[in-house]
Amino acid sequence: MSEMSMNAAGGVEGAVAQPQLREVPAVRMEAVYKHYGDFTALHEVDLKVARGEKIVVCGPSGSGKSTLIRCINHIEKHDEGLIYVNGTELDHQRKNIDAVRRDTGMVFQSFNLFPHMTVLENCILAPMTVSGMSQAEAKDLAMHFLTKVRIPDQAEKYPGQLSGGQQQRVAIARALCMRPKIMLFDEPTSALDPEMVKEVLETMKKLAEEGMTMLCVTHEMGFAREVADRIVFMNEGKVVEQAAPEEFFKNPKSERARTFLDQIIH
Amino acid sequence: MSHFSPTAAVNYFFNYFLMKGVLVTIGLTVAAVIGGLILGMGIALMRMSSNPVLSGFSRFYIWFFRGTPLLIQLVVIYSGLPQLGIKFSVITCALVGLILNEAAYLAEIVRSGFMAVSAGQREAAWALSLSPWVTFRRVTLPQAFRLMIPPLGNSINSLLKATSLASVISVEELMRRSDMLMQEHFQILEVYAAATAYYLILTSVWDAVQRRLEKHFGRSTAAKSRRVPASAPVVQASVEARA
Repeated sequence: MSEMSMNAAGGVEGAVAQPQLREVPAVRMEAVYKHYGDFTALHEVDLKVARGEKIVVCGPSGSGKSTLIRCINHIEKHDEGLIYVNGTELDHQRKNIDAVRRDTGMVFQSFNLFPHMTVLENCILAPMTVSGMSQAEAKDLAMHFLTKVRIPDQAEKYPGQLSGGQQQRVAIARALCMRPKIMLFDEPTSALDPEMVKEVLETMKKLAEEGMTMLCVTHEMGFAREVADRIVFMNEGKVVEQAAPEEFFKNPKSERARTFLDQIIH
Repeated sequence: MSHFSPTAAVNYFFNYFLMKGVLVTIGLTVAAVIGGLILGMGIALMRMSSNPVLSGFSRFYIWFFRGTPLLIQLVVIYSGLPQLGIKFSVITCALVGLILNEAAYLAEIVRSGFMAVSAGQREAAWALSLSPWVTFRRVTLPQAFRLMIPPLGNSINSLLKATSLASVISVEELMRRSDMLMQEHFQILEVYAAATAYYLILTSVWDAVQRRLEKHFGRSTAAKSRRVPASAPVVQASVEARA
């Protein structure tokens, strides 16, 4: 009896502790609120993202998509609720914020490359000053990722000399140089001319194939269909619906998602 | 003596006594720029601070020193403060007055420079987990400085000429020494022609320096104009920079 209960206890312990260790979600949000004055940008948002999962966040403008992913690396401060990134709680403490930002890379709609630095300088700044790499190491790393996004030959140019698509690929390479575990994309193709959207999406697809955990706010439904494991649909600060892409596009559950899809797919 | 004598003017131009005044003018300007930049940077940081006491003080400072004539400020420091038992040497009085005054102008220039750097630049730095110091030193400061150069150049040009006000509190800079020569020889036009030439040379040299600075710090922008970028935000940034 005592042996059995010990076994049972051991079994329970193993069952609880082991998978938890293996399956610390990349992102876990619980009842997160964000207010701007009277406006509620995020309303009781719950979201769990497993490691390696690719999430596409979509929804009408002003629905809180960008706010959601900007809260994950604390560029926006959430007001209520809990956010864990790779098991680190984002509790507004400096050291936890730093830890989370080191685990996450972010790509912005407007690229936000440093215009006074060359492409290479953009890429090596953080590895040198944050990770303490030597210049030679950082340059090797930067060239590795610039090659991966297919613009190693632009390394000595300034961002302003590149096309929008090239700039966004540099921004992806710059983020990858910090070897993030999670990549956040905030409408990465919305500021691009149509003919440049594809090259950026291709780069993102490649990243997805390599198993990167990705959260992506985008209106590119083709990309969502092809790459996402799950679509998160938001409206008025709430997560209204979460589903696999086939299901979401074929059979959206909420009325709001149906009208949204009608408007966006033509 | 009823005619203008070019020879006399040239002689005054090469007058050793006057040349030493030029050196004092240059010294006052350089010291006031350095002091004014350091103090102005501090005032600007206070102005941008979320602490209401700091930003309130900074606002008051800028309001006060930009709202009163430099001449009064100099006279008060030189003749007024001794009444309260505070006494400085003549040169110190001039420097204190020029620095306090210049800082108020430079603070606003520094502030507008930093405010013109887009929020996205700071966000990108945060996302890369750059430290606040690296973000300031490598990301915001260089971009803000490029935007500051044209108004900064203007302000320094004004300052260079404003040092002549120090003559009133008997600092022997270019203006004061011109007055002294004039009182001694009564060749008014000749003496002031020489002084004017010196001021023009100094401001022209500064213009050239400023142009070089603009070129140096604008090299990424210059590169930009060779190719029209497809992205709106970057175009906007470069337009702002030139404005």
